[in-house]
Amino acid sequence: MSQGELQGYKGLVLNALKKAGVKIGDLIRITRNGETYEGILIPRSELGDDEHVVIKLKSGYNIGVRVTPKTKIERIGAGVKPSFAAPSPPSEKPGLPKVTIVSTGGTIASRVDYRTGAVRPALTASDLYSVVPELSEVAVVEADILFSVFSENITPQHWSEMAKHVASYIKKGVDGVVIAHGTDTMGYSAAALSFALQNLPAPVIFVGSQRSADRPSSDAATNLIGAVRAAAYAPFAEVALAMHETISDTTILLHRGTKVRKCHTSRRDTFKSINASPLARVEGEKITMLTENYIKRDKNRKLILKPEFEEKVALIKFHPGLNPAIIDWYVDNGYYGIVLEGTGLGHVGRYCFKSLERAIKKDVLVAMTSQCIWGRINMNVYDQGRDLLALGVIPLEDMLPETALVKMMWVFGQTKDFQEAKRLLKTNIAHEFSDRTLYEELP
Amino acid sequence: MDVDYAQVGLKAGLEIHQQLDTAYKLFCKCKPTLFKEEPEITFLRRLRPTQSELGQIDPAAYFEFQKGTKILYEANNQTSCLVEMDEEPPHELNMEAVEIALTVALMLNSKPIDEIHVMRKTVIDGSNTTGFQRTCIIALGGEIEIKGKKIPIQHVAVEEDAARKMGQEGSIIRYRIDRLGIPLIEIATAPVIYSPEEAKETALAIGRILRATGKVKRGLGTIRQDINISIREGALVEVKGVQELELVSLVVKNEVLRQLNLLKIRDELKNRGLTEEQIKEEFVNVTEIFKGTKCKVLRKAIESGKLVLAVKLPKFAGLLKMELAPNMRLGKEMADRAKFWGRVQGIFHTDELPGYGITPEEVERLRRLVKAQKDDAVVFVADTEENAIDALKAVVKRAKEALKGVPEETRAANPDGSTHYMRPRPGAARMYPETDVPPIRITNEYIEKLRTRLPELPEQKFKRLMEQYKLNRKLANQLMDSEYCELFEEIVRETNVSPTLVAATLTETLKALKRDGVEVWRISDSQLVDIFRMVGNGTIAKEAIPDVIVWLSKNESRTVKDAIESLGLRMLSEEEIKAIIEKIVQENSEFIRKRGAKASFGPLMGIIMRDYRGKVNAERVSEMLKKALERFA
Repeated sequence: MSQGELQGYKGLVLNALKKAGVKIGDLIRITRNGETYEGILIPRSELGDDEHVVIKLKSGYNIGVRVTPKTKIERIGAGVKPSFAAPSPPSEKPGLPKVTIVSTGGTIASRVDYRTGAVRPALTASDLYSVVPELSEVAVVEADILFSVFSENITPQHWSEMAKHVASYIKKGVDGVVIAHGTDTMGYSAAALSFALQNLPAPVIFVGSQRSADRPSSDAATNLIGAVRAAAYAPFAEVALAMHETISDTTILLHRGTKVRKCHTSRRDTFKSINASPLARVEGEKITMLTENYIKRDKNRKLILKPEFEEKVALIKFHPGLNPAIIDWYVDNGYYGIVLEGTGLGHVGRYCFKSLERAIKKDVLVAMTSQCIWGRINMNVYDQGRDLLALGVIPLEDMLPETALVKMMWVFGQTKDFQEAKRLLKTNIAHEFSDRTLYEELP
Repeated sequence: MDVDYAQVGLKAGLEIHQQLDTAYKLFCKCKPTLFKEEPEITFLRRLRPTQSELGQIDPAAYFEFQKGTKILYEANNQTSCLVEMDEEPPHELNMEAVEIALTVALMLNSKPIDEIHVMRKTVIDGSNTTGFQRTCIIALGGEIEIKGKKIPIQHVAVEEDAARKMGQEGSIIRYRIDRLGIPLIEIATAPVIYSPEEAKETALAIGRILRATGKVKRGLGTIRQDINISIREGALVEVKGVQELELVSLVVKNEVLRQLNLLKIRDELKNRGLTEEQIKEEFVNVTEIFKGTKCKVLRKAIESGKLVLAVKLPKFAGLLKMELAPNMRLGKEMADRAKFWGRVQGIFHTDELPGYGITPEEVERLRRLVKAQKDDAVVFVADTEENAIDALKAVVKRAKEALKGVPEETRAANPDGSTHYMRPRPGAARMYPETDVPPIRITNEYIEKLRTRLPELPEQKFKRLMEQYKLNRKLANQLMDSEYCELFEEIVRETNVSPTLVAATLTETLKALKRDGVEVWRISDSQLVDIFRMVGNGTIAKEAIPDVIVWLSKNESRTVKDAIESLGLRMLSEEEIKAIIEKIVQENSEFIRKRGAKASFGPLMGIIMRDYRGKVNAERVSEMLKKALERFA
């Protein structure tokens, strides 16, 4: 019997279950000291100990029953195979705009197996329609699974894949692309595609959820509907990210890919536009632009795809007592660039200067951002800043540290020439720099 | 109507929910209290019925979702954090709540389970921000003895209380999340209760055990009983939210009556030759008839552009107004359904017409328009087309069910012991694991430790109350079933008032006042202690206690002293009493001379007590009056 049939069980309990010849989903009886428990055998969490068997009672409750050497386990019936009769999905409305939903992981739509508690993703277009029937009123949706990766396992290689994949759909002439993504690193991916997909004719919208799709209160469906609506109808053609504006299910904000950051561990409105106004707001069927400065949708525009990223770029957060040997390590290990997340207006301790000077001398591109999150750096105000400028550290204005890292990775994906890299880094490509810092931008 | 419950095959089971008196909520560190002020935070949500592999979708919830129902949640910072808002995962399970529940379980002989697994029970009416209630079984089995009969306990569970419904405006339901997350214990009995009296006894006995822990909340809304009731040929009906123990037997009685009478209606409809096919969803627009009506409700509706839609219920004439049980009629059941599924204010039906300003002529025209015969009933509603259609569809469905007998449904209890339609019975419990909360191992050592410090069992306490405080059986019993057992002991310990007076006040007096509509739950424990302190030190007479309680119930946050002053209840001093007695004796000197001192005592005592009851100690007055009369003689 394979481990998979007794998922999560180990040691003593695994042996007992194997000996009894039972598998997950079977109806079993456990007898211990004259007490009996009957229920369906449920998988055990990998973190659980090796002393308890989890069963689902007739009432629907799960309990853990301790197994001792004298405990008897027997199979008293076969489990009922879950049969799912999905409500018939609404039919497509052919006149509507075409939107492709690319799934990279996480589950934007799913259903629960109440028998075992397993959550299964709904991934085909017809699955999506039946779970979120409103989608059929918004667009003709095509669903595509690119990969199934937790967002913290996404790497720059995945960004390249995503960019190429999206480009192929854009080239086919879809009216917009939606990318379902885990929220943890969705901001990085949105920035990456902002640089990799230039001259877009149609919008590319990232979407995720902070409450998993298996729960009735999930924000997934509302976010997805908002994202598909934006992909289908929004007047802009940029990379953006669609998530809740507040903790209410009323409005969805579209944030620019280069200006967005995850700011809360768990809230629905975790994503904020930093140092910029959000691009647009979706409220019901209405999309309202919140800035005049955007690239308009244009079917005739020719997409330019630049999907290469260089992973040998580092982001170093300065803190009191930072060991400058870390900087040396990156330099000695062939890194092309370092983004510093400095303090305040853009500073690092003087004890790091020597290492920074060495890095720059070795043609490692060093740029400065601020760990304050909000605001613009200015290295002319204090001596320390002026000295860093003199060393050759490049000030990155109001760019987010994460965006700066992604951009530098993208820059070195395009060129390995120090001067050209420096020029590209300082060129505003996807609204990563803004000229003015406005009062309303700090929430 | 006298019912032989054994003969009708009554089967009832209880599910008792009691709030636990813990320091924090079940899955976060919020205070488990409610707030009265305006909310500081509001947010709007929709809950989507999630699909399960079993393909079950809660029909009522799905319907509400399709109708675009939204939920407006109200909160403040004192009583809710992000956990209740479903903006943060739950913290670890509150072990204080688990310990109280395990204590109760051991007192019920229930077997604690080895490892607790928190589950999510899907509930999407909005009462839980998550769309599910977190719940876990902590013990299985056990029993409670009621007059020699063992009622088995099915399980003891700990769960989070739900949000409070505050109102509904159109398609927006308002819930307040202060109550969400307060720990509840749930005790479910097997459905082997065979009479209303037994149901009440069972509820009382479980209540005693819960209170014996000294760790359960008291007061309005802190205990709620759900009762499953069925009779032979009837159906399983769940009545939710019975808040008063006294109502348990009445609710069971009424439900049995209701089901018996619904079966009578079924038989009558069959006698009249009605078949299901004859009941049709044929709705007729009868707005024209009521254009000039004197009925305010209809006129207003028509003036605001709504329409009046009617449906014929063949052979139902006279049955809609038939009383099923006190304050329950088939017509009202149809109205409840129409309100729930059609969002209408109510329905009109010909069993109660002419009336409400509707004339016999209008009824006649209505009957003609829908082609109703003499033994047909007509139901109509005034609302938007969508609502009116939904409402009448629900009415037709209920009419078809009447032909079959009793529909399975979930009903809610009213304060008078009647019930109203709440929702269809949900399908099999849809539960799946709460993966955000790790399982909790319950060790044998822990259970043995709890076993050694179990609280006094109710029967022991009962005996002690009689022995230690010399209470009679009746008072001791009443005290045990009240919420004041502990307070009683505290008051007796801290004042020198007789235990019998304290017990009688906390039970009989409070009950009588409550019956008279006094909101006695507004009186705090410390106020009650103060009252008895004042009685003990002679500031007020024991006769003044009810007046003080009534005053305090109307003047919340004022003190017992304020009450005494405001009511002028201060006891008279010795000198004052002396002066009063002297005056009375003087005024009645003639009378005393005629009757003699002894025979005059009674009438004079009567006069004094009539004027000064509550301000004097009767025994002392009697003593002083006797002396005064002796002197006079």
